[in-house]
Amino acid sequence: MGVEKIIFYIVALIMVSSATMVITVRNPIQAALFLVLTFFASAIIWMLLEAEFLAIVLVLVYVGAVMVLFLFVVMMLDINVDRLREGFTRYLPIGVVVAVAMVGMLITVVGSDNFGLDKIAEPERHLADYNNTKALGSELYTKYVYPFEIAAVILLVAIVAAIALTMRRRDNTKYQKPEDQISVKREDRVRMVNMPTEKKK
Amino acid sequence: MFEWVISIFESFPMGLQTTILILLKIVAIMIPLILCVAYLTFAERKVIGYMQLRLGPNRVGPRGLLQPIADTVKLMFKEIIIPTGSNKYLFIISPVLSIAPALAVWAVIPFDDGMVLADINAGLLYVLAITSIGVYGVIIAGWASNSKYALLGAMRIGAQIVAYEIAMGFALVGVLMAAGSLNLGDIVRGQSGSIFHWYWLPLFPLFIIYFVSGVAETNRAPFDVAEGESEIVAGFHVEYSGMAFAVFFLAEYINMILIAILASVMFLGGWLSPFEGILPETVFDIPVLGMLLGPGIHWLLLKTSFFLFCYLWFRATFPRYRYDQIMRLGWKVFIPITIVWLLVVGLLILGEVPPWWDAA
Repeated sequence: MGVEKIIFYIVALIMVSSATMVITVRNPIQAALFLVLTFFASAIIWMLLEAEFLAIVLVLVYVGAVMVLFLFVVMMLDINVDRLREGFTRYLPIGVVVAVAMVGMLITVVGSDNFGLDKIAEPERHLADYNNTKALGSELYTKYVYPFEIAAVILLVAIVAAIALTMRRRDNTKYQKPEDQISVKREDRVRMVNMPTEKKK
Repeated sequence: MFEWVISIFESFPMGLQTTILILLKIVAIMIPLILCVAYLTFAERKVIGYMQLRLGPNRVGPRGLLQPIADTVKLMFKEIIIPTGSNKYLFIISPVLSIAPALAVWAVIPFDDGMVLADINAGLLYVLAITSIGVYGVIIAGWASNSKYALLGAMRIGAQIVAYEIAMGFALVGVLMAAGSLNLGDIVRGQSGSIFHWYWLPLFPLFIIYFVSGVAETNRAPFDVAEGESEIVAGFHVEYSGMAFAVFFLAEYINMILIAILASVMFLGGWLSPFEGILPETVFDIPVLGMLLGPGIHWLLLKTSFFLFCYLWFRATFPRYRYDQIMRLGWKVFIPITIVWLLVVGLLILGEVPPWWDAA
């Protein structure tokens, strides 16, 4: 248990400090990178909770795909830092309201009234052959199969809607047709001309 | 002599003993791996040389065999130049970010029955997750260099890796369905029987797609538009020199070997011997010949070398893809094929088609 606790405190420290850096650092790219670090640290904490599947999927989906695209967009935008900081005092009251509301909600959920070892029992330790992925899979596809599938369909609808809303076709765009390009024959492109040889004078 | 070492080792506390053992195993994987990378660069130059009717490197050492050592020494003594206007911290961190995941994946690779550093349940997922982190090294390198060519290269490779990762992930889902396990050792054990029990046969389209996506993921010819020396000089690592460049280079080659070894583990039966089930069982009991013909790490290495040779072969053969065609191949060709083949695999498993799924 000793080593585990040390790992937890180190990783939690990294996670909290990098999460703070996300909102304090000036450069948006560095902020995105600190967000990646936060995700990674939380994956390690999930791993300590024996949720190996969720931890690996967090790295795979959020670190490996979502944040890469995020970083991409931030890199392409030419963000003027000074203009971002302009409205600080104007937006401060709204920010304070949102922050207070969020802290209040967090306290009601994980405050000492509803959360703690006396309220929820300590999760039991599993043996080395415990397969978290298998356990999660069999729960998802038996007990929660309908919610799971409905969620999948909603996501699909969202993807289709996002593409349908943002895609616009212009008439004058020129597309290439690879199948036409591949099926081209020599005869279509080259004309062999038979010319009589010139005679020497 | 050895008893003396062992007695000292046993006097250590248990935690320290495991740590030392794990560190020794890591060294035992790392040193051959780095040597393989060095001689893979040599093999690449030789193979492509012969394919183009040249000799390749033949001046340093006998038959040029010391060429990679000379290259390493040269790279080590070069100055690392940090461009003005670059982001210093990120510029130095990014090579580390690209090599660390490339090395971390090797923890779950099974070299022989039970010969694996970390025998974890979710091995396949771990491989996917860790390799997907490697893209940060490249993207950050491109951005931190403060150079337009580097940024263009980073953009290209970022989009390319995200696109091909999906096809690769689907190919791995096929393997996972066929084996019924995420553990790489179990995947190999599921293929035992004969050469026709290996998953290359029922998962043939996935096998091809996996390897081609792997070539695209490692940013090698014909998908090496991120380097594209004719358009954008050298892509994301234009501004890097000396050891900082060498680390990127090392990461690229380690990833190549990784893709090759994963393809052999998942589709060509890993350490299993192709003679299994063809020759009678008694042949494997003959002292030396049986060892050679029977299953073992040498078969895995042979299969891996075959894929590595294919990498070099592709590079010498195919002209570079145009970028929009790379994207078309990834999104419009590979992903639909993998999804269709996943359905086919599902039906094959439901129908308990021999020889792969009849026993269970």
